[in-house]
Amino acid sequence: MKNKYSIFSIIKNAFSYHENWEKAWKDPEPKKEYDAVIVGGGGHGLATAYYLAKKHNMKNIAVVEKGWIGGGNTGRNTTIIRSNYLWDASAGLYDHALKIWEGLSQELNYNVMFSQRGVMNLAHNLQDVRDLKRRTHANRLNGIDAVYLNTEEVKKFCPIINTSQDIRYPVLGGTLQRRAGTARHDAVAWGYARGADEMGVDIIQNCEVKGIKRNGDTVEGIETTKGFIKTKKIGVVAAGHSSVIANMAGLKLPLESKPLQALVSEPVKPIIDTVVMSNAVHAYVSQSDKGELVIGAGTDDYVSYSQKGSHDIVEGTLNAILELYPIFSRMRMLRQWGGIVDICPDASPIISKTSIKGLYFNCGWGTGGFKATPGSGDLFAHTIANDEPHKLNAAFNIKRFVSGDLVDEHGAAAVAH
Amino acid sequence: MFLINCPFCGEREQSEFKAGGEAHIVRPKQPTELSDDEWAEYLFMRKNIKGIQFERWNHVHGCRKWFNMVRDTSNDQIKAVYKMGEKPPVK
Ligand SMILES: Cc1cc2nc3c(=O)[nH]c(=O)nc-3n(C[C@H](O)[C@H](O)[C@H](O)COP(=O)(O)OP(=O)(O)OC[C@H]3O[C@@H](n4cnc5c(N)ncnc54)[C@H](O)[C@@H]3O)c2cc1C
Ligand SMILES: [Zn+2]
Repeated sequence: MKNKYSIFSIIKNAFSYHENWEKAWKDPEPKKEYDAVIVGGGGHGLATAYYLAKKHNMKNIAVVEKGWIGGGNTGRNTTIIRSNYLWDASAGLYDHALKIWEGLSQELNYNVMFSQRGVMNLAHNLQDVRDLKRRTHANRLNGIDAVYLNTEEVKKFCPIINTSQDIRYPVLGGTLQRRAGTARHDAVAWGYARGADEMGVDIIQNCEVKGIKRNGDTVEGIETTKGFIKTKKIGVVAAGHSSVIANMAGLKLPLESKPLQALVSEPVKPIIDTVVMSNAVHAYVSQSDKGELVIGAGTDDYVSYSQKGSHDIVEGTLNAILELYPIFSRMRMLRQWGGIVDICPDASPIISKTSIKGLYFNCGWGTGGFKATPGSGDLFAHTIANDEPHKLNAAFNIKRFVSGDLVDEHGAAAVAH
Repeated sequence: MFLINCPFCGEREQSEFKAGGEAHIVRPKQPTELSDDEWAEYLFMRKNIKGIQFERWNHVHGCRKWFNMVRDTSNDQIKAVYKMGEKPPVK
């Protein structure tokens, strides 16, 4: 059993100048064979491994990651967590995750800094108002907390917003989910990695999957930069690179991979104590515990794996931010970066078996999967262990693109993130 | 951001254009004959290639014409542009 993190362990380690902390996870070489291999060491992949070991007693398993864990979209996202999605299937999925978030730091003995500071979604035109009101009602029918705010209430909740009706896209109202908020992205990856490692999961970094070996319609293992690994079950959680891995197995997915950008400012004193998102003008902002404004931009509309987006996208976002928050006009931006997001035609994820036995995909989270990390891992582990979906992810089967039973969250869910 | 050489207008900023996705997906001649699987393949399934990809683009803020492009999606380098109906350059 690993040493538990606590106030006492901090004091104890202070005596050795914090130089003897136990490693949070080992750095093993791959074994010849595993009962299951998870491809992709982002939050979703690590959570999947954690729940496979914890709830399904599958301990002879590995996570293979081509770079370092959490170095993909997990470590690049703006960490907004909410569950106020429109459709029943999505509400079930995202609220399942939100409920796990609420106890996650305790469960992992790792502070993921989950902060339920509320998420407000603004309406800027009459269609927004109708959509957001409709979504508020739908949320409440599904037991998800949601309130609709008028312009004065928006201003009261977040006083720095410019609610003048003379601006290009005036604020006409908004919705608020108080249970929503943010978490520390890296800590989520590290916490799950530490927990999985403790139960015997091998976390293998710098190990890129290059091929999928199959015998007819059954998988036999993966070719990696660290050699061949035999396994009967492969769970792919590779975000922007999902199609690349699907193509290795001769499959096509209904995905397009596009750059999505974010940027942070220099750190300043607390100025905004919630998350405000605005879909119509595509700008959203929160403040990290370090004091930086965390600003999310939009996706480029072309397929690209270059992990950098276009400048005009950032420019458009900052225009909107400045009109909504004139107080930020002299803030300086510190860093800007991009991640590659895997977008489904209906803006909902795929957590599913495939036509190849033993090959499972968890992808299509696009611009908004961080919030689902714990729930996605839990449900994907269930799907892999039982070779059947859980009832909460049954609707997110890849077959929906054949049946036409799509879960269309585009625009309908105050979307973006 | 990168520059695109529109076959009709010449070199312009990428922000003047709209990406139209994978090129050379042939519309089925007899839509009524297709199975659900074939429809799904036509409508939704994409190669989404990391590397050399053939795609359609539209110069929305310019001549508004559609054309094809060959682009390396791993670094956004454009290899060729050619008009609709023309044969893709063999790579
Ligand atoms: C700028 C930005 C802002 C975002 N903001 C939000 C937000 O506010 N809220 C929200 O909910 N979501 C947000 N998202 C989306 C969110 O980040 C993702 O949906 C989520 O993190 C996906 O997690 P993951 O574990 O599936 O992917 P990742 O963390 O990307 O993990 C996939 C891993 O697979 C690895 N991999 C790929 N190919 C191979 C291979 N061949 N072999 C081995 N390993 C491989 C990659 O290296 C990577 O580490 C944002 C995304 C971006 C880019
Ligand atoms: Zn043109």
